[in-house]
Amino acid sequence: MSGGDPAGRLVRPFTLTGGRTRPSRADFTLITTVTAVDPQPETLTRPQPEHTRILRQCAEPVAVAELAARLDLPVSVVVILLCDLLEAGRITVRPPCPVTRTTPDLNLLQKVRDGLGRL
Amino acid sequence: MALAGSDAPDTVKILIAGGFGVGKTTMVGSVSEIVPLRTEEPLTTAGLDVDDLDGIEQKRSTTVALDFGRITIADDLVLYLFGTPGQQRFWFMWNDLALGALGAVVLVDVRRPRSSFAAIDFFERRDIPFVVAANGFHGEHPYPVEDIREALALPEAVPVLLCDARERASCRDVLIALIDLLIAEAAPVGR
Ligand SMILES: Nc1nc2c(ncn2[C@@H]2O[C@H](COP(=O)(O)OP(=O)(O)O)[C@@H](O)[C@H]2O)c(=O)[nH]1
Ligand SMILES: [Mg+2]
Repeated sequence: MSGGDPAGRLVRPFTLTGGRTRPSRADFTLITTVTAVDPQPETLTRPQPEHTRILRQCAEPVAVAELAARLDLPVSVVVILLCDLLEAGRITVRPPCPVTRTTPDLNLLQKVRDGLGRL
Repeated sequence: MALAGSDAPDTVKILIAGGFGVGKTTMVGSVSEIVPLRTEEPLTTAGLDVDDLDGIEQKRSTTVALDFGRITIADDLVLYLFGTPGQQRFWFMWNDLALGALGAVVLVDVRRPRSSFAAIDFFERRDIPFVVAANGFHGEHPYPVEDIREALALPEAVPVLLCDARERASCRDVLIALIDLLIAEAAPVGR
């Protein structure tokens, strides 16, 4: 996957984030779902090409991990770019189902079980 | 403003763990509705101290691969399966992966059960519910469940199953066993 230059591949993705290696907010997990706002807000600044690429991929709701795989970018890079898009009001975010050991969601578990049973 | 797109599904995840080559990716692929997807994460952003990179061949291991699959449970609910990176040195990633997971499947190759000890320890220590599934390579199960339980020093509360990671129905049954465990723990009766 890394081709002949793994070190190069390591550096490359973060040039897309302007060198940033940490997200500016904590909204995004691997299975957080993101959706492009339609229509897109009218702003003076046009989105960067990599932002546009993401927006195209999330016209329909898509999970962050899936988005990263489709774009062939590390999740850590995609999350930084998603922070920009969220702050610009260009995407909506749906967090995953909260899972806690102390207050388990029986309805959710039963629904998962039923779904698996249909496989 | 940035509230959920109303048509976005709810999402949950289950981890598929175990040592290198036990069949994690095979299992994800067997039940996933999509060909397993993969991302490569650079190690430098994952909170590793430089010291932790000692002994790792830097040129070869600057990324860690994560593969995952998807099962649409209902119109509004999607289950993701994440294969955890096998090597113990990637445990820092497991913490992130485990956060918010329903539970885990620990795959075991009974010919070399040691390779899955670390995964069992990880979930036990963090009190994350898990089932153990012995992947029968060549479809063979030379050891009964009781022997596997003993070899792995697993308490009765942890379900142990025999499976074939290449078979969809077999993998589905393992996942159902995990959900049944979660339901049994959640139900007020039978406590
Ligand atoms: N014969 C046989 N081969 C298997 C089985 N499960 C996995 N394999 C093979 O074992 C190798 C390792 O499996 P993989 O899923 O990549 O292991 P992972 O490292 O845990 O992801 C692959 O070549 C698989 O095709 C099985 O049940 N029977
Ligand atoms: Mg694998």
